Amino acid sequence: MPQQRQFNPYSENGGTILAIAGADFAVVAGDTRQSEGYSIQTRYAPKVFRLTDKAVLAVNGFAADGNILVKTVKQRLEWYRHAHAKDMPLRAIARLIQTILYAKRFFPYYVYNILGGIEEDGTGAVYSFDPVGSYEREACRAAGAAQALVQPFLDNQIYFKNQKPKPGQSHPTHLPLDHVLSLVIDSFTSATERHIEVGDGLEIYVVLARGHSAQGLSNIPGAQEISQTDEGERVFVVRRDLKKD
Amino acid sequence: MDHFPTNWGRPRNDTVDAYNTYPLHQRPDWRPKDSFADGIQRTQQPIVTGTSVLAIKYKDGIMMAADNLASYGSLARFKDIQRLHVVGDYTILGAGGDMSDFQHIQHTLDSLMIEEFSVDDGHKLGPPEIYEYLSRLMYGRRSEMNPLWNSILVGGFKDGKSFLGYVDLLGTTYSASTLATGYGSMIAQPLLRKAVEGREHLITEEEAREIIKTSMKVLFYRDARSLNKYQIGTITAAGPKIYEAQSSETEWSFAEGIRGYGAQTQ
Amino acid sequence: MTSIGTGYDLSSSTYSPDGRIFQVEYANKAVENSGTTIALRVKDGVVFAVEKLVHSKLLVPESNRRIQTIDRHIGLATAGLLADGRHLANRARDEALNWRDMYRSPPTVKAVADRVGQYVQAYTLYSSVRPFGVSAILGGVDKDGPALFVVEPSGVFYGYNGAAVGKGRTLAKTELEKLKISELSTRQAVMEAARIIYLVHDDAKDKEFELELSWVGDETDGHHVQVPRDLAAEAERLAKAAVETFE
Repeated sequence: MPQQRQFNPYSENGGTILAIAGADFAVVAGDTRQSEGYSIQTRYAPKVFRLTDKAVLAVNGFAADGNILVKTVKQRLEWYRHAHAKDMPLRAIARLIQTILYAKRFFPYYVYNILGGIEEDGTGAVYSFDPVGSYEREACRAAGAAQALVQPFLDNQIYFKNQKPKPGQSHPTHLPLDHVLSLVIDSFTSATERHIEVGDGLEIYVVLARGHSAQGLSNIPGAQEISQTDEGERVFVVRRDLKKD
Repeated sequence: MDHFPTNWGRPRNDTVDAYNTYPLHQRPDWRPKDSFADGIQRTQQPIVTGTSVLAIKYKDGIMMAADNLASYGSLARFKDIQRLHVVGDYTILGAGGDMSDFQHIQHTLDSLMIEEFSVDDGHKLGPPEIYEYLSRLMYGRRSEMNPLWNSILVGGFKDGKSFLGYVDLLGTTYSASTLATGYGSMIAQPLLRKAVEGREHLITEEEAREIIKTSMKVLFYRDARSLNKYQIGTITAAGPKIYEAQSSETEWSFAEGIRGYGAQTQ
Repeated sequence: MTSIGTGYDLSSSTYSPDGRIFQVEYANKAVENSGTTIALRVKDGVVFAVEKLVHSKLLVPESNRRIQTIDRHIGLATAGLLADGRHLANRARDEALNWRDMYRSPPTVKAVADRVGQYVQAYTLYSSVRPFGVSAILGGVDKDGPALFVVEPSGVFYGYNGAAVGKGRTLAKTELEKLKISELSTRQAVMEAARIIYLVHDDAKDKEFELELSWVGDETDGHHVQVPRDLAAEAERLAKAAVETFE
């Protein structure tokens, strides 16, 4: 049989995303560089999207698939609002995303998704997905080009892997917001140093459960509130520069 | 392409996934297997092609440029082809890649504009709408495994806002204040970024023209599939305008007087 | 109405013994009940005018347009059943687009009129459908200059320099014949068209009406568009004045 050249419908657009759940907040972040091979296509292409007042989605992998996926999810959430006069709860959004992804099991959306937000019980949550829809709820997850750099760091700093607590003490189960934010920023500055596909800009979305003060955001300059529910859930975004080289 | 030099020239190892790329399996072919199935032709490669398109944001809007060559492989086949195309009252398209696919896109968009004109409801499609339509068209075709083999820049100006976007045969999209397709993305884009990034609102039309001219000249020197005859298009509050073809002044004599390359320092 | 009760008027797939198709003739009646539509083919373009009878003051002004755009350079104005007119316009748009898909050039007005005529005629052949209750005036400027055609419910179409269909067509035709149409400019034709519509309107029988005006030609860069508001207002003002002094 003659050798046939086949059109490859996929590409890989670099970048990294990460999300961490606190006791009553969630942080979802991603860099804003979009690249193909050694070329930077743009320094600002958002990978993190606010879906509802309590849910934020980060999408990483093949950008064309990612953008279409986000548009699809947003449209389904709008239909849900029209039908039920409320926002879809976080765990339902997670299942929705799995359904949409698995529908294309044999021609997958080549994207890794991380969904962060507040559950109906008021806890911070992170859901992570593989490209065909397998998903689980976790406390933290990194994905994308620098996953191999960032995830071990989070394992150590969030899950306290390979750390021993002081005698008679135990590791905390959840970290406070300001601590989490500095871990996120350090993760991305480090990934920018060591990975060529990470850099340019950083977008951090913070979702606070009702009653949670924005105290932890105070040391971060430029935090911008973008939405607030009647019940008191709040979404903030922090935009920072990363190195452009 | 494998962009990691350590892998070059080595057999690919599919069992190790060093960069967490998802393993892509051979997809099953669900197409009906009748005796004519092999007769369905899809674009597997571009035939008559255009090379780079450049575009920048400047004070008054967008400036775009593309040369007038349509190549047949390495043959400079058609030397008077316009690769910039006006769509409606606010948008210019610039295309590289397969020229027959581009003509198909022009026709599709022109038909769309006539349909919208006939509706006569006082709304006109602006650059963001045309870009969204085009992106969906390109992504839809790639998803059918029958792509339109182009990289396209969409430049526009409407309601005081300028617009610049890229879309290609994979449906990949992005925006930036400087954009370039094909060879231009490697050779001209760094020059454009250096000249434009951060000063989009200061650049006059004359300065924009200079930036584009320099970049087109460099492209003509370095890109073997380019032509020293190109057109500039602008899109501003005054509407879209595509100018007559122009050429770069080039210098091909022996470089004895040139200093500063490689080991030669004096 | 000698046809009534004979049984030959129930279907357009049956001729009457003297060779007529009554359903088509009834379709013409639907046209005759409608507000007048006229068009003028002048030296640099085509002008359309419609007397749109407004059956309720509650209607939004300028809604239910009876002049529609088929292609950039072709307009269509109808008299008769409004919904049939809109369906026909959609068909005409499809035909114009099909022409462009096939030949990569703008269709001539005649080509579109021909295809629309074929389509309308097909509705005079079967018992399962009724003929179109519209006369459609197709006009525009193509490679051969200004062109104007009227497609009737039977499917026939004729070319005209000036056309009038609907209620006031007889008087309108008389007025059109008085004009030296081929010497007018589109700008002058707008004034004349407005005047004729005002003239043929019967204040006693019909209530309110809205004047619809559109044109295509050199003035509009070859595009079929509504006559600009200020010009339309001017034409309407002159038309009212002219009707006052008429007779």
